[in-house]
Amino acid sequence: MIRTPLRPLARILKAREEGENPDAIERENIRARHDELQTRARRRAQGRLFVLGLFFMFAFATIGVRMGTLAHSEPAEPRTAASGAHILAQRADIVDRKGRILATNFETFSLYAHPQEMIEPEMAADALVKIFPDLNRERLVKNFTGKRTFVWVKRKLSPEQMQAVHDIGEPGLRFGPREMRLYPNGALAAHILGGTSFGKEDVHSAEVIGVAGVEKRFDERLRDPALSHEPLTLSIDLSVQAAVERVLDGGMTIMNAKGATAILMDAETGELIALASLPDFDPNDRPAPPTEGAPDDSPIFNRAVQGLYELGSVFKIFTVAQAMDLGLVNPSTIIDTRGPIKWGKYKIRDYRNYGSELSTTKVLVKSSNIGTARIAQMIGVNRQKEFYGQLGLLDPSPVELIEAPKVKPLTQRWSELTLMTMSYGHGVSTSPLNLATAYATIANGGYTVKPTLLRQPRNQRGPQVLSEQAAAHAMKMLRLVVSDEDGTASLAEVPGYAVGGKTGTADKPLTRGGGYYEDKVIATFASVFPAHDPKYVLVVTLDEPSENSGSEPRRTAGWTAVPVAAEIIRRVAPLMGLRPEIEPVTVTGITEVSQQN
Amino acid sequence: MRTIFYALTVAIVISMAFWAYHENYKTQEAQARTEQLQQDIAGARERLRMLRAEWAYLNRPDRLRDLAEINYKFLELMEIRPHQFGRVGDVSMPVEELEIIDLPLEELEIIELRSEGGQFP
Repeated sequence: MIRTPLRPLARILKAREEGENPDAIERENIRARHDELQTRARRRAQGRLFVLGLFFMFAFATIGVRMGTLAHSEPAEPRTAASGAHILAQRADIVDRKGRILATNFETFSLYAHPQEMIEPEMAADALVKIFPDLNRERLVKNFTGKRTFVWVKRKLSPEQMQAVHDIGEPGLRFGPREMRLYPNGALAAHILGGTSFGKEDVHSAEVIGVAGVEKRFDERLRDPALSHEPLTLSIDLSVQAAVERVLDGGMTIMNAKGATAILMDAETGELIALASLPDFDPNDRPAPPTEGAPDDSPIFNRAVQGLYELGSVFKIFTVAQAMDLGLVNPSTIIDTRGPIKWGKYKIRDYRNYGSELSTTKVLVKSSNIGTARIAQMIGVNRQKEFYGQLGLLDPSPVELIEAPKVKPLTQRWSELTLMTMSYGHGVSTSPLNLATAYATIANGGYTVKPTLLRQPRNQRGPQVLSEQAAAHAMKMLRLVVSDEDGTASLAEVPGYAVGGKTGTADKPLTRGGGYYEDKVIATFASVFPAHDPKYVLVVTLDEPSENSGSEPRRTAGWTAVPVAAEIIRRVAPLMGLRPEIEPVTVTGITEVSQQN
Repeated sequence: MRTIFYALTVAIVISMAFWAYHENYKTQEAQARTEQLQQDIAGARERLRMLRAEWAYLNRPDRLRDLAEINYKFLELMEIRPHQFGRVGDVSMPVEELEIIDLPLEELEIIELRSEGGQFP
């Protein structure tokens, strides 16, 4: 920096020449220098003030923002997570539609051992075997005296067992807290609930994970910590389920069946009120999946959902309803029932000879295969396939069970022959649950429903696949199957509940394929009640029933599945608050000649 | 004047510090109490869960049915059947007993008038 001299010689000399005071120049220069210094100092001060101002602004802004967020955020308790000494209930409860507990959690203890801390391992093993007879003494001794430093002894203990182990007084035996899934109702609704097991295990806690049924299907929802205090509400009604299982069990014994299933569904919403499959199991102690034999011999097999059966004549109503919907027949149209129908090497015949012709209503009431096949011929393959698809008979059931999506109904290749056999339920294997869903469509006036195990709000209808009129006619026919003296399901008459339904008896296919058993059948009764105001659909299927009270065993559904279903309705309808009603007298259906489509 | 101002400032700073510490201790105390409460709540929830589970276990349909059967002699409990539904209209009204009229004639007339909505004479 060049300093300007205070007394520049040139100006001084010039000033002297002109007789001015050269000091004035010096003073002026001093002033100028001062000014300059002052300006510089002021600038610096201004800069500092600016920085300081910025600093304060940021400081206050930070405080302001913090105060703002504090004021606006939800007040939360600090250190809530700190109090995690106990394992809290992590898995949500499962309750029925009225809030009764189906599955809950229970605090219990697991037992493990630190062999290096044990004083008398052999004595401890003896004492443990006394408490838990299922333990193997040799193995325990081997584990306790070997090189292992950690041994699981028992995953779940009851308080009594825990006390007994405590009384052994062995310091190497230790307890760890455990959360355990409890199904207080035992085997009730076992196939719906499924079961649980332990996932990742630790001394202090263990993950409880679902292994089947609803427990597995909603595993994530049940384990979500945010929802752990909100129970999962199912559509099942505990008392109805208990009654259904009880009656079904009795029926299965009387009819000498090896298995049975019953499905009770709300026709309007598709809610499953009860779903039973026998034999069943205790989900508290779920048996292991079978390694040999047929899968349906195992109690964990859910016949209602996993069982694929040729259900037989219960399908006839779909054929008749579709034909009425398409305007091909009306209830009084006369159908040619001369038989047998020959198709290649196959013959379609009736259980009994019903004469040369029957009205559409009578075809259904008497369950004529030939008549139904003739109606199916009017419909044609494509339309039949489309309609079965719309009813959900050809797809895995969308119900919320983990087993359901894997069960794809089987059909033979669609042809003119299968058109006829499928019209009366042969050549198509589907689950009883799918059948119930399809019957719900007929019962509610032609709207498809989605079978569900969760509580639903009312009036959730799917698209309409059948006209209300055709559905109403079909319902009247189903009622006649029960109320008519010729009907195959006359034993289903329950006074006050106007049951309507259709029986189905299908021979079981040989396990090796290529033909059918002579003496093994699947007997099904698909019913709707009350017929004049359909509310519920009940499907009862018995596996290999045989009613032996007469001179020779009777296996048809009318003698086996129907009485069981009737007893279920008698028991269950009052439980659901259904008041017995006198059926409104309307046109009887058979004599309905004037009505033309 | 300035001295008073300084003294006042110092006093305010001291009191603020005191207040801040006081609040801090109060917060810590509250936190300790919440923790205790949280533990109590967790314990109570656990007990509640246990009780609910036990209630559900004791009320399981199998057991109730067995109990109803064992105690049939005293309770005569049966499964609900369709014929047990009734109508309110079917229940006869209780017969009201007529009161003996022992009032003087004039008062009786007043009651009659009242019931007919008439005016008092």
